[in-house]
Amino acid sequence: MRYLRDIGSYFLMIKRIFSSFTKGSVLKELVFKEIEDLIISSLGIVVFISFFVGGVIAIQTALNVNNPIIPKSLIGFATRQSIVLEFAPTFMSIIMAGKVGSLITSSIGSMRVTEQIDALEVMGINSLNYLVFPKIVALSLYPLVIGISMFMGIFGGWVAGVYGGFSSSTDFIAGLQDDFQVFHLVYAFIKTFVFAFILATVPSWQGYYMKGGALEVGKASTNSFVWTSVLIILANYIITQLLLS
Amino acid sequence: MIKVENIHKSFGDEDILKGISTVFEKGKTNLIIGQSGSGKSVFLKCLLGLFKAEKGFIYFEDEAIQNMDEDQQRDLREDTGMLFQGGALFDSMTVEENVMFPLRMFTKQKKSEMKARVNEVLSRVQLEGANKKYPSEISGGMQKRVSIARAIVNKPKYLFCDEPNSGLDPKTATVIDNLIQEITHENNITTIVVTHDMNSVMEIGENIVFLKSGKLVWQGNNEEIFKTDNEDVTDFVYSSDLFKKIRDVQLKENS
Repeated sequence: MRYLRDIGSYFLMIKRIFSSFTKGSVLKELVFKEIEDLIISSLGIVVFISFFVGGVIAIQTALNVNNPIIPKSLIGFATRQSIVLEFAPTFMSIIMAGKVGSLITSSIGSMRVTEQIDALEVMGINSLNYLVFPKIVALSLYPLVIGISMFMGIFGGWVAGVYGGFSSSTDFIAGLQDDFQVFHLVYAFIKTFVFAFILATVPSWQGYYMKGGALEVGKASTNSFVWTSVLIILANYIITQLLLS
Repeated sequence: MIKVENIHKSFGDEDILKGISTVFEKGKTNLIIGQSGSGKSVFLKCLLGLFKAEKGFIYFEDEAIQNMDEDQQRDLREDTGMLFQGGALFDSMTVEENVMFPLRMFTKQKKSEMKARVNEVLSRVQLEGANKKYPSEISGGMQKRVSIARAIVNKPKYLFCDEPNSGLDPKTATVIDNLIQEITHENNITTIVVTHDMNSVMEIGENIVFLKSGKLVWQGNNEEIFKTDNEDVTDFVYSSDLFKKIRDVQLKENS
């Protein structure tokens, strides 16, 4: 019963986000601030993780295919497929659920605890539109982050493969180009858009409807990570079933 | 002027407000007092429209809030200033940005005009020079004054204050009380203050509404409250040793 109520409150929140819009000039500033907080500030960790995970994928593939019949280009092929199809869109989104999701939940939750959300409502401002809509707009740039993650992951794989002595650059690049399907990229970016929406709204929902004090803000952040991750995994399964099977 | 007619509010099976009717007059500091759990905060939230009363009417001037459409309610809220118990200042904004916020949201003023108005109200609450500080860098009393500045910057018709003195030392509390009263008189606005601080009652109680268990049991001013025979009120007023001693001295002098 509680879960049904939670799901209902989530969808009611979504409806309210897209009503009674905040003044355009204010909204524009908020969107730029959110781009800075949610997108730009995440680039460092995305680049770091993607580069090294790409490297690890290349090394592990190389170490598991030392049969001379299997071409060395498989290292580049496996790195590309792993990074583009799953690591960059899905697992990077789960990492972002920890980084961006916690930030969103704790900042909105703190505003709830300190009556700042009540202050907005008393002034006649739709607090959900003011607080959450700019996050949704900012996270519409999230596919750009995932694009960078894909590039850095493949680059990390190339560096590890070539400079680790597992493959030549020519073989690796041949593997990258082998059986390349543009639809795989389309599928990855469709997933990314859905995950971006989940990343913006689920942590906001957890923060906005939390009750209690500072301790509950911490609990809400943890719940936010769990809910966001679960929904990303579920959405990933459904989208994959619909688009690739 | 705000008129309240037979307001009822409950949460689940528990009745919190049980038919309150009263009038909060313009140009006066109207106090809502009572013990914890008497329904003061719920009453205030009903007046603010944060809670919907199940029964009864709240009239702002002659218009019942229950009969207003969404746009009218939004317009009404633009005419409302609110001082929250904890200040409720936006942490990510400076003092100047906090005070300027209602102007940015609801007016089409140029930035220079907004800055001039912000400086005017900051000077009114004696906070000149604090423009660039963040809420975390100023004291609790200063935060309350910034909150008052934010509440009055857009020249509201109604000012609501929820426990404006909580967490403040007596001297700062008196400064805040006096500021609220002065602003009420200067701007001829309807001010409603929820408090359980007897010093505030003595200082600024021009019209006092006393609530007990969700009912209005007494109404009067800060002179009448010390003369009333209403037991609920006297229990509340003389619950502190200081006021008991003052009353004993007065009784001795009179006899």
